[in-house]
Amino acid sequence: MPYIPHTEEDLNEMLEAVGASSLDDLFADIPASLSPRSFDLPKGKPEHEVLRTLRGLAAKNATQLVNFVGGGFYDHFIPAAVDPIVSRSEFYTAYTPYQPETSQGTLQAIYEYQTAICRLVEMDVSNASLYDGGTALYEASMMAVRATGRKKIIVDQGVSPIYRVMLESYTSNLGLQFEQIPISGGVTDRKKIKDALGSDIAAVIVQNPNFFGCVDDFSDVSKMAKEAGAMVICSVYPLSLGLIKPPGAMGADIVTGEGQSLGLPLSFGGPYLGFMAARADNARRMPGRIVGATEDTQGRRGFVLTLQTREQHIRREKATSNICSNEALCALSALVYMCLLGKGGLQQVARVCAEKAAYTRKRLSQIPGVNIKYPAPTFNEFAVELPRDAGTVIGDLIEKGFAAGFPLGRYYEGMERSMLVAVTEKRTKEEIGRLAEALEEVLS
Amino acid sequence: MKLIYEKSSPGRKGVRPPESDVFAKIEIPSALMRKKPAELPEVSELDVVRHFTELSRRNFGVDTNFYPLGSCTMKYNPKMCEQAAKMEGFAALHPLLPQLRLGGMLTQGALQILHDCAALLCEITGMAEFTMQPMAGAHGELTGIMLIAAYHNSRGSKKTKVIVPDSAHGTNPASAAIAGYSVVTVKSNSRGVMDLEEFEKTLDDETAAVMLTSPNTLGLFNADLQRIVELARSKDALMYYDGANLNAILGRCRPGDMGFDVVHLNLHKTFATPHGGGGPGAGPVGVSEKLIPFLPISRVVKRSDGTFALDYDHPQSIGYIAPFYGNFGVILKAYAYILALGREGLVRVSETAVLNANYLMSKLKDAYELPYDRTCKHEFVLSASKQMKNGVRALDIAKALIDRGFHPPTVYFPLIVKESIMIEPTETESKETLDAFAEAMLEVARVADENPEALRAAPSTTPVSRLDEVKAVKKADFAYIPNA
Repeated sequence: MPYIPHTEEDLNEMLEAVGASSLDDLFADIPASLSPRSFDLPKGKPEHEVLRTLRGLAAKNATQLVNFVGGGFYDHFIPAAVDPIVSRSEFYTAYTPYQPETSQGTLQAIYEYQTAICRLVEMDVSNASLYDGGTALYEASMMAVRATGRKKIIVDQGVSPIYRVMLESYTSNLGLQFEQIPISGGVTDRKKIKDALGSDIAAVIVQNPNFFGCVDDFSDVSKMAKEAGAMVICSVYPLSLGLIKPPGAMGADIVTGEGQSLGLPLSFGGPYLGFMAARADNARRMPGRIVGATEDTQGRRGFVLTLQTREQHIRREKATSNICSNEALCALSALVYMCLLGKGGLQQVARVCAEKAAYTRKRLSQIPGVNIKYPAPTFNEFAVELPRDAGTVIGDLIEKGFAAGFPLGRYYEGMERSMLVAVTEKRTKEEIGRLAEALEEVLS
Repeated sequence: MKLIYEKSSPGRKGVRPPESDVFAKIEIPSALMRKKPAELPEVSELDVVRHFTELSRRNFGVDTNFYPLGSCTMKYNPKMCEQAAKMEGFAALHPLLPQLRLGGMLTQGALQILHDCAALLCEITGMAEFTMQPMAGAHGELTGIMLIAAYHNSRGSKKTKVIVPDSAHGTNPASAAIAGYSVVTVKSNSRGVMDLEEFEKTLDDETAAVMLTSPNTLGLFNADLQRIVELARSKDALMYYDGANLNAILGRCRPGDMGFDVVHLNLHKTFATPHGGGGPGAGPVGVSEKLIPFLPISRVVKRSDGTFALDYDHPQSIGYIAPFYGNFGVILKAYAYILALGREGLVRVSETAVLNANYLMSKLKDAYELPYDRTCKHEFVLSASKQMKNGVRALDIAKALIDRGFHPPTVYFPLIVKESIMIEPTETESKETLDAFAEAMLEVARVADENPEALRAAPSTTPVSRLDEVKAVKKADFAYIPNA
């Protein structure tokens, strides 16, 4: 049997040692009435056959399309050194670092990750990570509810629609209320936010760049929120922070986001990396693991899981969250990615993304019938207005080898002709040119 | 060891990222731009590789050491599964592709895996349907309780509480509380399982659900299960099965047959996907017929022509609990594992896991106190009470084992045993490894008798000795600030 080392002789010796005459004896405490009604599974296969089956399935996925689809999840370059490092099994076959003496590798890496996130978003404290950007936003909302004692949250509709439906799902039994504020000209409507703010609002949630790729500065929103006693939660695309103003410099109270762009493969939706950072005074309200620096009995620096009295294994039903893992290996990927690129490299990747997107934006806007939807500045993603249904156009472009963009009508009523186009540093001038030609052909 | 930030030299570069091959001006006003770049390290690729290689050597993993961490199922993670998840056709697949026109057709392989893996889990557990969305065990628990709340709400019944035995994982009460319920704890009896009498007294019309783990965290199977299910039924309370310990009962009984309405599985336990130093995991949730309408969307369905599609049309659904379809890369590894083992292999997994646990228990029960002396399932709990007489705590024993080359068992959980030492060997460990571990445990017990002081200094072979956790809280140093 694969992965089970016992020989017949081992089995017999061990059964004898425990005083059982058969393996069935060990299950005598399970009443016969509970025997499975069925356990009809296929026969096991050699690994060669399993991998052949999976290769066949992998071939049925259209990863050969030239990808201009984003929506918060991007086809970025991953340095070759990331995989060999996170594939070191001392990292990936370890458990949550409860025994710090045998886990300094994982613990120091998380501390370095927390440091990188703090520096990237300009906040004081980061946790060890959460499941994904959506659950991080939900956890941030709950933090704001706990901190303010208020139960209503303003959500800008520029926040990912994927995350907005997650927020609704999670809180449906909790008596929270979300007030959705429509965007204006592709960006946050300040007046509507101001009108909605009041003494009952726990937080305002915004996103930068927003779902339409538009870049904003929320300093004024933070000011308004502060005056009303509400917190500002900003969800960000971390790679964009190589270039654009960090949320910490805009007065955000909690910063969350999806870390996939930092060296993680798209992998059909996960595993991903939710990150969360906050001001120092909110550290104890944070959910999830936090690693702290300390010293050992000989005064040497070391790292431990800390502030554990917030957590479920100690506080049980009074914990700040039920979460009991982080996405440690994904956080490690993100850390290694940020180290390999470094201070200048992250800036360069963000700049190249923005330049290629600016080029694509201009190139597509020259096609008859194609218009840029919003005038607001964009980072590496932008919306175009097409002369006909975007879903059909995208379907036609698939035939030509492109995943050309995302049909915004899927999430926003009345946007049936709008397509969201993302451009990463991996796309070439030649691919962009071919996309433009194909689009022109499809539309003519 | 230095931090990567302490190895940074201004101007040093790592990887050379893609360059721009276009001429275009970035049209973002300077007010929206970052004023100065984030202070990420400036290091060479070799610096990075060496740094993290050195860090990795400061870890114990299943691949380096026996890891009998009770309740965590630290079994071997087959390399084949890692290879599968790295295949380009999966790793590079964008999750929004199914949303494009012709969409479902662009991701048929991935959708088939989600569909078929769910079907296999249904057969393994006897549940009617599975959602693969939850991204961890605790996330599965929360999803399960949300499903239970949606079910009761749909019937207009406002139930307010969830019953959890005191032997449950801390996540159980936390998940129930976060879903909006008050939590009522029921004590265990002298046999180590939930006290039936106290349960009957606690159970009432307000009870929305009863959360059980069986075998429980003592590694004991609850023979009163059928009675508990009947009682819960009589009050219209749903039964929740915490599948953390499913690895003990594969092919021996199924939560669905036992009358459970919801079950969450930890793919990173029973189905051998790696723990990753604390994630990513996956916590799929199975339900009985009556909860199907409430499962999250989207759902993968098989059409009559044999193709796969995403289905969103479920008005009673609790909605989205993950951005997409769950931790696909993890699900894929579990799927590969199930295909490799098959029916016979999975049955053998539980048989061997249980044999290994009983074998170790029989070797250790004279030297250490065994509070519940009966056939265990996949794990068992000892107490360091005998050693405590010499002032040696479970923690000291754990640290002493590190110096002997073993990852310690879980200590101080479950809370219902004083100075508990919870041991789960898993099925992938050989008799030789178990013998060596037992020998080390027995030797530690001898040292605890003869020279207890020697254990309190352990560990001495690790890069750091015992760390000051109080100081960590006081310092509140969660991110590196130079010269701070």
